[in-house]
Amino acid sequence: MVNKNILELEKITKLYPGVKALDNVTLSFRRGEVHALVGENGAGKSTLIKTISGAIEPTAGTIAVEGKHFESLTPTLSRENGIAVVYQEFTLVPVLSAAENIFLGEFIRKGLICDRKAMNARAAQLFKMLKIELDPNVKVEDLTTGYQQIVEIAKAVAKDAKILIMDEPSAPLTTNEVEAMFNIVDTLKERGVTVIYISHRLEEIFRLADRVSVLRDGTYITTKNIEDTTKDELISYMVGRTLKETYPERNNSTDEVILEVKNLSGNGVENISFDLKKGEILGFGGLVGAGRTELAALLFGNARITGGEIILKGKKVDPRLPEEAIASGISLVPEDRKNQGLILDMTVKENLTAASMKRLSNKGFVNAKAEKEFTNQYVSSLNIKTPSIDQKVKNLSGGNQQKVVLGKWMGTDPDVMIFDEPTRGIDVGAKQEIYKLMVDITKSGKSIIMISSDMEELLGMSDRMVILSKGRLSGILEKEECTQEKVLKYAAEGKDDGTIES
Amino acid sequence: MMEQLKAKKTGKKLGEYGIFLVLIAMFILFSFIAPNFFDINNIFNVARQVCTLGICAVGMTIVLITGGIDLSLGFQISLANVVCAWLMVNGGLNPILAVVITILMTTGIGILNGIIIVKSHVAPLIVTLAMLNILNGLSFMVSKGLPIFGFDKSFSVPGQGSIAGIPISLLIMIAIFIVGAIILKKTYFGRYFYAIGSNEEAAKLSGINTGKLKIFAYGLCAFLTSIGALLMLSRTNSGLSSNGDGFEFNVITACVLGGVSASGGKGTIFGALVGVLIVGFLENGLLLMNVNEYTQLVIQGIMMLAAVVYDTLSREKNERIKKIKAINVNNQV
Repeated sequence: MVNKNILELEKITKLYPGVKALDNVTLSFRRGEVHALVGENGAGKSTLIKTISGAIEPTAGTIAVEGKHFESLTPTLSRENGIAVVYQEFTLVPVLSAAENIFLGEFIRKGLICDRKAMNARAAQLFKMLKIELDPNVKVEDLTTGYQQIVEIAKAVAKDAKILIMDEPSAPLTTNEVEAMFNIVDTLKERGVTVIYISHRLEEIFRLADRVSVLRDGTYITTKNIEDTTKDELISYMVGRTLKETYPERNNSTDEVILEVKNLSGNGVENISFDLKKGEILGFGGLVGAGRTELAALLFGNARITGGEIILKGKKVDPRLPEEAIASGISLVPEDRKNQGLILDMTVKENLTAASMKRLSNKGFVNAKAEKEFTNQYVSSLNIKTPSIDQKVKNLSGGNQQKVVLGKWMGTDPDVMIFDEPTRGIDVGAKQEIYKLMVDITKSGKSIIMISSDMEELLGMSDRMVILSKGRLSGILEKEECTQEKVLKYAAEGKDDGTIES
Repeated sequence: MMEQLKAKKTGKKLGEYGIFLVLIAMFILFSFIAPNFFDINNIFNVARQVCTLGICAVGMTIVLITGGIDLSLGFQISLANVVCAWLMVNGGLNPILAVVITILMTTGIGILNGIIIVKSHVAPLIVTLAMLNILNGLSFMVSKGLPIFGFDKSFSVPGQGSIAGIPISLLIMIAIFIVGAIILKKTYFGRYFYAIGSNEEAAKLSGINTGKLKIFAYGLCAFLTSIGALLMLSRTNSGLSSNGDGFEFNVITACVLGGVSASGGKGTIFGALVGVLIVGFLENGLLLMNVNEYTQLVIQGIMMLAAVVYDTLSREKNERIKKIKAINVNNQV
């Protein structure tokens, strides 16, 4: 009998000092299926993937690839057996062409000279197989994130991968780009490649996967055929309790205008006007690169304003530095938590107080007692899970890290909080907490600008919506007008169609 | 789990104080093998000699913590030496006035370094390397390559005098170390310096005026350097344009030996002090053993290399431990 499983993990355990990252996990993957792997942060998904890709050695258990048994794999061994990984962080060299990136390390050569023609031809063939139109000669740095990922995928499958592992592939992509990526996954599946797909976005799993396996706290919970399960059921498996991805009820928006933006230009955006009401959550939709983050930088004093004005509480403000924006009552929870939101090497306390140091100091000297009280107040009110306030923040989970960023800004008592992708890379349980905190913030009379590429979140959390396209305002939607179709239509406006451009 | 975390913590502490043990071991070793090393006069002599190194190291520590470096420090010393000497001898200025002008000038050079680095975004290494050459040339132009001497007698008091048997320069150095430690540990500026060195982008987005603070750090470093330079002039009684040549190397070696990270965000004043004492006693011990200057250079270079390699390797090892810890925390809470 032909074994229909291409990859079998048997009783895989991975021990780290004092903890079981994986506990006796037995799981198999079928030839040519899209198999989704879900679980909260810290559930053991990454450890499992690293076991398969050979990055780590399991403490116990065996891995069987096409019937060949291994106690552990090395990266080379894993590759040789047809396993490839598309990582969350791209591993491309920006200044090289798409084709050069695909064959990096194994350039096709004529003697000492690189045979560009042959490489381009091979790459073009590969793109054709993936049903993608892309010039192999174009430099990777000139591609959109979506196409960069396509190159990354092409690079992975170029070496005859039989098993492709994709770790959160949709995280950096816009809605349209995600759709293009899905098509590639479908194509790969048709060609008999097994895809192991990891994502926090459950709707994607229902779109793509044949089967889905759930991990929780390092243990294997279950595997389901996708048609036999529901989103709510998966979530309850993931968290071990019933939890619905819902958005908290709220009714905090008032008619009082707190922030007025008039014809604002600069930093790649042009002529943007909107107003923000007290207690409102104003959603900002659009494709990646539409200028939403760039607009936030203008409001936060982190980019030069070339035209227009910002009126906050009836007074004109012109922030030249984040320092000035903060002083006038604007704060920003940036999209890149690890590089912009936090100082990973510093402690929970130092991060939480970073924007409030002056207030917690007396004549330049830090008031250690006030600092501790401040920190403890936010650790407990935001339910930040950390062994101690002196723990380095890089050792916290994504959700708890994000709460530290939130606490940092709530501590400055701002009138307007800008959230850029507030729940990116955060697990389901923590997402709910963040949503609830956002509603609590508006309840206390503050207003929120929320930039999000997560359609469901955008629809679920916004009181009104501003849609940008190519650096310009393309529409403002009232609550009752906010539908997925409208958002997509406005977001794509100014383009011929909804597809990604190269 | 908690016990394990605790164990890691003490392990790290040991690593931090490891260099302190090296200092003690070296001290004991030299006491046995170097003639006249363990002698109160020799020790005060070393103290006088290291005070310039120590004072400069406080400034350099702050600059290094912000993620910068100041290679022009050595020739800041040279220029301060010859300018102050020239003002007193050729300009006939009162020593106090000459000292004030010298301090202002040197601090100004530091601020200029800072402004160029902040405004142009050119790497501090390159900016201060260029400044090094400029200052080298300037100090030669002022002194014409000849020593300037013949100061008022009072000028030698800070560098050579004592109060109750303790060298005045040592007291000044101790005071500056204490002030430096207070700035880094107790004030919010100190916290900001570490934040900038760890992640400048996040620091800026937290409302920290990173530009101003970096300029301040270079200015402060140059200010302290001018104090160190004046004590050197007071001790040697001779302004020479080669006085500070290569001095920045000793200062950076001392800082890095003391655990101040050359890539920013890490380090303490106490560590820098230990580093300074190691460099100072090593030089003195080798001198007493009649080891020649060039051999000393080789030994110093090896020590700096060892310290930097150790710093980088232990950081990488720490990263690995941290990752494991992170998994622990995630799974536990």
